Amino acid sequence: MSAHDMQAHASGHGGHGSLRSYAIGFVLAVILTVLPFWAVMTGAVTGGSAVALVMGTAAVQMVVHLIFFLHVDGSSDRWTLLSLLFTAIVLVILVGGSLWVMYHLDHNMMAMPMSMTE
Amino acid sequence: MKTLRILQTPGGDDGQGTVPPSAFHVDEHEHHDPAPTVQLGFWIYLMSDCILFAGLFATFAVLSQNFAGGPTGRELFDLPYVAVETALLLLSSLSYGAAMLAVNAGRRGAVMFWLAVTFLLGLAFIGMELNEFHHMIAEGAGPDRSGFLSAFFTLVGTHGLHVTSGLVWMAIMMVQLGLRGLNPTTNRRLMCLSLFWHFLDIVWIGVFSFVYLLGAAA
Repeated sequence: MSAHDMQAHASGHGGHGSLRSYAIGFVLAVILTVLPFWAVMTGAVTGGSAVALVMGTAAVQMVVHLIFFLHVDGSSDRWTLLSLLFTAIVLVILVGGSLWVMYHLDHNMMAMPMSMTE
Repeated sequence: MKTLRILQTPGGDDGQGTVPPSAFHVDEHEHHDPAPTVQLGFWIYLMSDCILFAGLFATFAVLSQNFAGGPTGRELFDLPYVAVETALLLLSSLSYGAAMLAVNAGRRGAVMFWLAVTFLLGLAFIGMELNEFHHMIAEGAGPDRSGFLSAFFTLVGTHGLHVTSGLVWMAIMMVQLGLRGLNPTTNRRLMCLSLFWHFLDIVWIGVFSFVYLLGAAA
């Protein structure tokens, strides 16, 4: 039913509904793009808060694109949502796990000379 | 696709989700609509592509500080330039949306127009990216300079290759539309390309945020 639902969503109840959804998505995407670019380019936000802002707006913008451009939402087909959820979990394990392991590897290797002075 | 479905399931207008099998008995002998299956299959391909990009993002994250005495992101990245690239891709997402609206309305001329606009925006993006790569390599900041730059070129280059494939697909769709017009087959292909194109814009959000912005802010 995903195609039917997506189609129904995309065409809405006549053309205006979907034009509206693309327009809302576009405006939100512009705001969520301009904000981190502005923060980093002007140096208005720096350090940890800049990282948090960039990552936060990126995550929100990805969801905005999913909902308003790819039309994935609660009414989508179950397999579409399940495969998306599965992919998100794999993604978190893959990226988070890599960073975690490599950070500790670096840490342990740098700590080696210290620990040898026992 | 919508019209095809309406033809197939005359009583299924209200059918959100589970339509009893009896609703289909009238047209059981008719050709089964492959669109939903194709679209789910394409979606699963996109999810696997997502995993591929996750691997490249993880590699980049791990190698992002390995400059080997070479240039850092802060020295290399030109954020206004990246902002223009981002704007081009975002506008191309919007114009592809307009193309899909025209598909739903059954207006072939408008579909062709918006596909051409999307194609040109995508082409401009690829042109800018190649220009950026060319300048970096000419400055001695090629993929062989450091682990950071290897990971950078692999990740951003893979995205660029995807966009290029999307452009080839779009050109083929314009030819098909010219020859055959809008029919269930071309509609289905345009829908898959729509998913692909919007998906690439989502990957680009990750690229400009984690590679360029965090690289320049660090």
